[in-house]
Amino acid sequence: MLLAFRRRTELMFPVLFLLVVVSLFPLGIGPSPQLLARIAPGVIWIAALLATVISLDALFRTDFEDGTLEQFVISGHPLTLITLAKTVAHWLVASLPIILLSPLLAIWMNLPMESRGVMMMTLALGTPILSLIGSIGVGLTVSLKRGGQLLSLLVFPLYVPILIIATAAMMAASDGLPYAQFLGLLLAGLILSLTLAPFAAAAALKISLS
Amino acid sequence: MNMKTSRKTKPRKNPLLMFIHKMGSPPWFYQFSGKLIPWFWLIFAVLATWALYLGLFKAPADYLQGESVRIMYLHVPAAWMSMLIYSLMAVMGFIALVWRIRMMEILAIASAPIGAAFTIVTLASGSLWGRPTWGTYWVWDARLTSELVLLFLYLGVIGLYKSIDEPRKAARAACLLAIVGAVNLPIIHFSVKWWNTLHQGSSISLLGGSSIDASMLWPLLIMAVATKFYYGANLLTRARVSLLEQDKRKSWVREAIMEQD
Amino acid sequence: MLSASQIVFERYFEPVFLPVNFSLDGGELLLVTGANGCGKTTLIRVIAGILHPTSGVIENRFGQMAYIGHNLGIKDDLSVLENLRFMRDFNGVSERSCEHIIRQAGLRRVAEQQARTLSAGQRKRCALARLLLGDFRLWLLDEPYSNLDAEGIALVDAMLHQHLGSGGACVLATHGTHLPEWNRTQDLSLVSGAVN
Repeated sequence: MLLAFRRRTELMFPVLFLLVVVSLFPLGIGPSPQLLARIAPGVIWIAALLATVISLDALFRTDFEDGTLEQFVISGHPLTLITLAKTVAHWLVASLPIILLSPLLAIWMNLPMESRGVMMMTLALGTPILSLIGSIGVGLTVSLKRGGQLLSLLVFPLYVPILIIATAAMMAASDGLPYAQFLGLLLAGLILSLTLAPFAAAAALKISLS
Repeated sequence: MNMKTSRKTKPRKNPLLMFIHKMGSPPWFYQFSGKLIPWFWLIFAVLATWALYLGLFKAPADYLQGESVRIMYLHVPAAWMSMLIYSLMAVMGFIALVWRIRMMEILAIASAPIGAAFTIVTLASGSLWGRPTWGTYWVWDARLTSELVLLFLYLGVIGLYKSIDEPRKAARAACLLAIVGAVNLPIIHFSVKWWNTLHQGSSISLLGGSSIDASMLWPLLIMAVATKFYYGANLLTRARVSLLEQDKRKSWVREAIMEQD
Repeated sequence: MLSASQIVFERYFEPVFLPVNFSLDGGELLLVTGANGCGKTTLIRVIAGILHPTSGVIENRFGQMAYIGHNLGIKDDLSVLENLRFMRDFNGVSERSCEHIIRQAGLRRVAEQQARTLSAGQRKRCALARLLLGDFRLWLLDEPYSNLDAEGIALVDAMLHQHLGSGGACVLATHGTHLPEWNRTQDLSLVSGAVN
């Protein structure tokens, strides 16, 4: 975490990216409030998804390149825990700003008031899943020179369920329908990824080191 | 001579285990698969022809869709295979990673392009089927969307494998990705199906909910079996080529090639 | 305590070196020499457990190991002191004084500087300092003398003698002209395994 704040300027990139991407939609599609409101859940979530992927590559890359990762493996401390800790730290630094900025995005996209709370809840539950599943992808591509590009291709199919469920929750809230079951699914997904993803990411890192 | 790591357990007298253990030996696999492949192609050709004959000529046209329903005899088995192969690839990948068996790595990696091809066939046939039925070449129905995501999963595995230089490292990475994808696959399926109903009320499905008439079922099942032999033949052929490529400096390869002349 | 039997490691389906056998006890030094590209780094990484041998058996009962490879394992964004503190808290004995070790390593003047601003030799000293931060029974050193001046080389040898004298073991790979001197040294000259 200390390291992340040493490079403060780099922290801003995903956040700025998020803002720019979302603002492209009204520019590209037209500012009609009803249209924006209809696509708002998807747009906000897709932008959050893209911003997360952009910041993910940094998760293990420096450690891989400067030899720290090897030291982790040798140390005898379980790599799984280290992976989990780094992913959590990454989420705090990269995704928390997304969640905090989301009300602004909601205003831009004219998201109905009823969904705004749900939006933040889906982001709070969903972005950690993105980070966790993403960490597996990063683990696999960290030894590649242009790993970042392949990373997006690898993780996007895995992100599909999260996108579907999160936007479904927001749309249900807009229509005044119950949305708790969607949040419940996201929570289940979060618990599942918390338990499984670190193992897979650690295995991926070991393969990348070989 | 096979050097074994200390992790491999000694083969017990159980014939199944001995078979699996033998499978891991490249020269033995090469010989054994060489004998199987022609048979697999033969069985595939016979069954596929029979299935097509039944499907194209004997089975009735659909009440609503007319003749175009016959694409189903290609589309549905292809869809089944696309999912089956992914699962097999993940299982083989798991065995390859946990027990470090090179033969399993080869088989898993060789399966990927075949599975991707079946997925593309599913998508293309689904698209062609949809044209007369819905008027457009693409509809975001549950199955086609699922198959599209599945295609991306396949392409990810193949892409990852191709972007890592060292072949065994590449195979291990791709196998891990395949396993991760397989774990996600049911979740993706379920969520896409749900997404479909959420956005369209009733689910649009090419086959509809009605039960299939027996005369339509037979060609489907026979074709399904035929595709498995196609997979087997194709997989073993690719695996043999990989094996020769990898072991090209080993003595058994020289002997095997000389035997063929 | 460390034994290796018929270790083979393949890359691109070719063995990197001819099969390796050795056994190492406390107080012994395994000196791995060989031409460039013959696989010294690979062998050290196999011993370290980062790589799995393609075939052969390694048994390592040494417990905590310290490894210094080509990638030094120091964070560029942190200062020398911060790096050492992190290494110590992560892996070492918490009572060790980082300041004292920095002085031993000859890095007192640059202790507060970010590691990225250091010279190659200073970075090497910072990496080597980790050896003093904990009680590592087995040291795995890959080219420890590279980038070091005469003083630095003498420092490494002094640390080495201290470690070996107290019953620690070390595997040291080098292709340079300077070789450590120790009365219980095993020589392992790696031969490239590539077939012509």
